[in-house]
Amino acid sequence: MTRSTTELPVTNADVRIARYAAAAIALSIAEAAIPLPLPGVKPGLGNIITLVVLARWGWREAAWVALLRVFAASLVLGQFLAPGFFLSVSGALISLGVLALAQHLPKRWFGPVSHSVLAAFGHFSGQILIARLWLVPHDGIFYLVPVFALAAVVFGTVNGLVADYLLRHASLRATPSD
Amino acid sequence: MKLAWHEWRAGFRPGDILVIGGGLAACVFFALTLWQGGVARWAEVRAGGKVVARLSLDRPASVDVDGPLGQTRVQVEPGRARVLSDPGPRQYCVLQGWLSRAGAVAICAPNEVSLRLLGDSSAYDTLNY
Repeated sequence: MTRSTTELPVTNADVRIARYAAAAIALSIAEAAIPLPLPGVKPGLGNIITLVVLARWGWREAAWVALLRVFAASLVLGQFLAPGFFLSVSGALISLGVLALAQHLPKRWFGPVSHSVLAAFGHFSGQILIARLWLVPHDGIFYLVPVFALAAVVFGTVNGLVADYLLRHASLRATPSD
Repeated sequence: MKLAWHEWRAGFRPGDILVIGGGLAACVFFALTLWQGGVARWAEVRAGGKVVARLSLDRPASVDVDGPLGQTRVQVEPGRARVLSDPGPRQYCVLQGWLSRAGAVAICAPNEVSLRLLGDSSAYDTLNY
């Protein structure tokens, strides 16, 4: 067998991103098994990992983990390129944009809970936007906005608390040395 | 792993409470502004296709309308309206009872009278693409 002539050096960051993304994908898939009353309202447990990565390793890696999760989880669930996939992508992009701004809030006053709630609002805004422009071209969809907003506050708070708990208590060994 | 409440509470920072409060305020704001569509404000009475009366649903009122068969009486109370009596043979519009949502209609076809509730913005009763 000949050795490959191309070399892809794997950095510590690559391994770290892969591990976090794997955890986020697992959470997303586990979440898909939870029955929910309204399409579009779900806890978004995978975002807990995004928040942890954001706090530990910064926005760039958080963006990698969030987008890898959206792509890989949709492939596993058979949703890739289905309408729900585009809703997830637009939600993830907008919430990453929100997080890019929110991470500069003073740390002393604003923790993962703030990041989580703000990102959750970004997420449902992105979804509503795509849904309104493409899937349901009628203002009737805005009737659901208060429900989504309430879900964003509740699940955003819970996810933020879990992320904060993990940041304080779990020994997050994500370097390849272990 | 024991999950005590004080452990979770440590996750809240002062600004977080502010953000959550703001989020809840946004929920209330959205609910108040976006869930107003179904509230009826006006009752519109037509006879022979022409609008003969437009009554506010703020206060009680009643109006008598003449049609080919005789007199139809429409009654309005705060937030709702109904056809109280009609000379038509089958009384469908009377049996419909109180109407309270924007877009609701009671039609007394034989006497050519109709009662319709209107919101602040006109609601769709059909959509077609």
